[in-house]
Amino acid sequence: MKKNTTEIPPAFEESAGKYLNNPQLRRNIGHATRTIRGKRQVVADELDDWQQLREAGRQIKQKVMANLDHYLLQLEKSVEEAGGKVHWAADGEDANRIITGLIKEKGVNEAIKVKSITTDEIRLNKALNDAGITALETDLAELIIQLAGDEPSHILVPAIHKNRTEIMELFRDKLGNKDLTDDPEQLAEAARLFLRKKFLSAKVGISGGNFAVAETGTIVVVESEGNGRMCTTLPDTLISVLGIEKIIPTWRDFEVFMQLLPRSSTAERMNPYNTFWTGVSEGDGPQEFHLVLLDNGRTKVLADPEGRQTLHCIRCSACLNVCPVYERTGGHAYHSVYPGPIGAILTPQLRGLYDKSAASLPYASSLCGACYEVCPVKINIPEVLVHLRGKVVDHKKKNGGIRDKLHPEHIAMKLMARTFRSRSRYERAQKMARIGQKIFVRDGMISKLPGHLSGWTSVRDLKPIPKQSFRDWWRARS
Amino acid sequence: MKISLFITCFNDTWFPGTGKATVEVLERLGHTISFPLEQTCCGQMHYNTGYQVEAIPLVRRFVELFEDAETVVVPSASCVGMIHEYYPKVAKQADDQQLLRRVESLIPRVHEFSLFLTNVLEVEDVGAGYPHKVTYHPTCHSLRILHVGDAPLRLLRNVAELELLELPGAMECCGFGGTFAIKNAETSAAMLEDKVNRITETGADTCVAADNSCLMHIGGALNRKNTGIRTMHLAEVLASQK
Ligand code: SF4
Repeated sequence: MKKNTTEIPPAFEESAGKYLNNPQLRRNIGHATRTIRGKRQVVADELDDWQQLREAGRQIKQKVMANLDHYLLQLEKSVEEAGGKVHWAADGEDANRIITGLIKEKGVNEAIKVKSITTDEIRLNKALNDAGITALETDLAELIIQLAGDEPSHILVPAIHKNRTEIMELFRDKLGNKDLTDDPEQLAEAARLFLRKKFLSAKVGISGGNFAVAETGTIVVVESEGNGRMCTTLPDTLISVLGIEKIIPTWRDFEVFMQLLPRSSTAERMNPYNTFWTGVSEGDGPQEFHLVLLDNGRTKVLADPEGRQTLHCIRCSACLNVCPVYERTGGHAYHSVYPGPIGAILTPQLRGLYDKSAASLPYASSLCGACYEVCPVKINIPEVLVHLRGKVVDHKKKNGGIRDKLHPEHIAMKLMARTFRSRSRYERAQKMARIGQKIFVRDGMISKLPGHLSGWTSVRDLKPIPKQSFRDWWRARS
Repeated sequence: MKISLFITCFNDTWFPGTGKATVEVLERLGHTISFPLEQTCCGQMHYNTGYQVEAIPLVRRFVELFEDAETVVVPSASCVGMIHEYYPKVAKQADDQQLLRRVESLIPRVHEFSLFLTNVLEVEDVGAGYPHKVTYHPTCHSLRILHVGDAPLRLLRNVAELELLELPGAMECCGFGGTFAIKNAETSAAMLEDKVNRITETGADTCVAADNSCLMHIGGALNRKNTGIRTMHLAEVLASQK
């Protein structure tokens, strides 16, 4: 399942089947998402002002996006005043070059990492590897993914698609401990022993960050295992990579986000480890701090007033856990480090809508709206999905070839739009459909349809159109 | 009250029984119904599939036809969702301020059938009787765009001889999603399978909802699996009498 970066991944609907038909995967993900979904509901319901908190979160993020230029410069200033150094990266390549350079300067060829999807987005590990630097993932789930040579399938629980037995086998093989059982404690202990040595010897740590406070220059990582705390405190040099949208204006704003994030992500009232650092402090923790601020398509998203709210995301993954599509296909079908509902809107905006995988993502949703209902910063995901669908269609209309123009859906949409614009055409179409369906009706039902529509009849029958329409009845009555 | 009926193209063509039932219930409650024959489609399918330019004339058409109505009732939650949630956006996309104003003035007068009964007419007992075991599937757009809450359930609880059976996992999407059912047929089918299993578990003989589109999808699978369970729009249950 290794992804080749130069190859265009398949459309969502083409790969979904592979995962849908993998019963083990469906069981693993179904079980995990249903459990966390229930727990999230409980801790969100606990707070009387949950809806106000969501609205506050939305407004703060909206303010950040409206004044991003200002806050970014303020952040740069605060970080540098606190003894850190800020680097600006226009894209992933830029960021990778900066980070590789910083590590090489230290004369080392090893770094330890805190779980960070932003570094997955820019494929930092691969870039470091190519430069002869080994980056070791220290988050348990990320370590599992790294050892398995797999791809993450969930923002927060990257190995959600693997169960205990699969992990036991992997550890037996890669960590050389043949007596391991699938007891979670034993598995965690095996990883802990393996990682401990690395923590103590590493000279460089690499992290992402959940928030960056413009006012103070403080960066925050919240986590469950404590490995993040070690990565950000033990090495001499710390490099943090954050997307430019991760800013919050003031320390005070934590009041809102430190309630919203843990409850929405791990269904906890507070994360077990919350690490805050501001520049460097003499004699305590890393003595060199670099902040890499990454654009990589984000300013493009910002430029679109309808799509902009996508940048409000705090990567809690609540939308993945409630999504009925994600629950059944898992994360890999999205072919992006950002799967699920947020991935369906973020990936096509970051990457552009013009490869077939990205263009298929806004359609990977039944528009049920469960994601919007739980999103702690009230991103109206269905609205953005529909907006992006509009862009996909517009793009095809303008730049599509003859195959796009002759696509059955395109023709049907065009024809129906014309039909619905006139009463007489509409009434004629009703009659024609009634006559046209006759060749498909068997025993009062349609059980087999050709071509594009066969997907419908593969699992369901179709009730034929009755003889008398409502309007015919109405006319006959009055 | 003078009520204009927007039946929706889908009900008009495929589910005329729902339209008749809507008329019957509202007339039974003493209201006068009119049905403007020029009406066609609200534009939801085009809009949601990305054919948004094509939705603009359909929105105009709807507004022209209904803007003088005292009240518009629609027996389809998802079409009302389209009107309430997306009509203003279509007007903005068309860059037509006048259309936007007309849309905004019309929206508060456009009601989904069950909410119209409980919130506008303030009736919960419409004098219906339906001696069956019924389970109710709350469709996503009725729940999350219109926020119908328990309005349909309150109506069903007042139907004589109706035994209401709770649907496990009720809030989960059935997997219809308009063109999603065709484009992502396999994913849609997996969602449908779970929904149908839950419906079957209840022991009901009728599955009721406020959207015939979802019901056509659910009913198609119930039929394919020979479950013997029928699907029925809420209006048809409320029109039934002992
Ligand atoms: S879109 Fe909302 S719910 Fe989804 S990960 Fe982002 S913040 Fe969480």
